[in-house]
Amino acid sequence: MLDYLEMDLWSPYLVGAGIGILEVLAFLLSEKPIGCSTAFSRTSGMIEKAVRGPRVREKAYYRKFEPVVDWEVMLVAGIVIGAFLSAGLSGSFRPETVPAMWAARFGPEPFLRIAAAFVGGALLGLGARWAGGCTSGHGISGTLQLAASSWLAVACFFIGGIATAMILFGAGV
Amino acid sequence: MEVMNSMLEDLRSNGRVQLVIGLFIGVGFGFLLQKGGVTRYEVIVGQLLLADFTVFKVMASAVITGMIGVHLLKSLGLASLHPKPGSFGSSALGGLIFGVGFALLGYCPGTIAGAVGQGSIDALVGGFCGVLLGAGLFAGIYPRLEEKVLRRGEFGDVTLPEILGMNSWLVVIPAVLVLIGLLLWIEEMGL
Repeated sequence: MLDYLEMDLWSPYLVGAGIGILEVLAFLLSEKPIGCSTAFSRTSGMIEKAVRGPRVREKAYYRKFEPVVDWEVMLVAGIVIGAFLSAGLSGSFRPETVPAMWAARFGPEPFLRIAAAFVGGALLGLGARWAGGCTSGHGISGTLQLAASSWLAVACFFIGGIATAMILFGAGV
Repeated sequence: MEVMNSMLEDLRSNGRVQLVIGLFIGVGFGFLLQKGGVTRYEVIVGQLLLADFTVFKVMASAVITGMIGVHLLKSLGLASLHPKPGSFGSSALGGLIFGVGFALLGYCPGTIAGAVGQGSIDALVGGFCGVLLGAGLFAGIYPRLEEKVLRRGEFGDVTLPEILGMNSWLVVIPAVLVLIGLLLWIEEMGL
C-alpha cells in the first residue's frame, strides 16, 4: 500500500476514475458538483473587503457569491494539502520557479516566467468567472451532467488554449 | 430510501460538517491531480500542443465514471443535477479568454492549487495572484458585462438530454461509449 502511495505517477485512467468517484461523493454528501473558480472570486472579495471595508459586499457579484469561506474555498485549500501529501510521499516536492519547458523556449529568467504566469492567471480568473466555471466546474462536473453550457465552455477552453500554446511554442512542436 | 434521504438532508444542511467534507474531497482531488501529473506545467502545455494526452485521459475517465455515478444517484432519487446556465456571450467568449490564460499560465484554477502544493513558485507567486486579480476584476465589471455581453445568446441551464427530449440514459450510454472509443483510439495512436 505504502509503495503505491510513494509512486511518482499513477495511471491517468486510475486517477480519472478516482476523480469521478469524488464527484459522486460530492453530489451524494454535499449535493454539489466539484468546482474551483468561485473560490477565487470569494477569496478575492475577502481580500478586497479587508482592504476597502465592508461596502465591498454591496457589489452585485458579491451579493451572488458572498465573500466568505465556503465549501469550495475549503476544497481548494484541500487541493493544496492533497498535492503536497502526494508530492511529499513520492519525494517529488521541489521548489521550482521556471519549468524546464518554459526555460527551453523563453530562457531561465524567473521574472519573465512569473510575469507571464501573472498575466495568464489574470486571464484565467477573468475567463473562468466570465464563463461561469473552469476545467473542473465545466470541464468535468458540467460535462458529466451533460450540461449544454459546459460542453460549449470546455470546447472553447481548448480552442483558446491550443491556439495560444501553438503560437507560444510554434505549431507542430 | 426515505431514511437515507433524511440522513442526507441532515448532513447536507450541517454547515460545519459540509466545510470538512469540502476539505476532504479537496485533499483527495489534489492528491489525485498530483499523482496524475496534471499539476505539472509540461503536462498541461503538452496537452495544449497535442503532444501529451494525459490531461484528456484524466478528464475523460473522470467524466465517464462521474457521468455513470451521478446519473445513477439521480435515477435512485439520491441527488439532483446542477447544470450551470449558459449563453454564447458567457460560455463561449469566457471560455476563449480562459483558454488563452490556460496556455500562458500552464495551470487551471484547480491544478494551480495542486501546483502550489508540489512547490511550483510560478504558480504561487505569479499564477495564484493573477487568478485572484482576474476574478476580482470580473466582479468589478460584472454589472455592465451582464447586461451587454453575458446574456447574448442565452440558452439557460439546459442539458443535452433535455434538448434532445430523451431519457438521460439514452445520452449517457452513447456519450460513455464515444469517450471510451476516443481513449482507445488515443492509445492506439500511441499518444
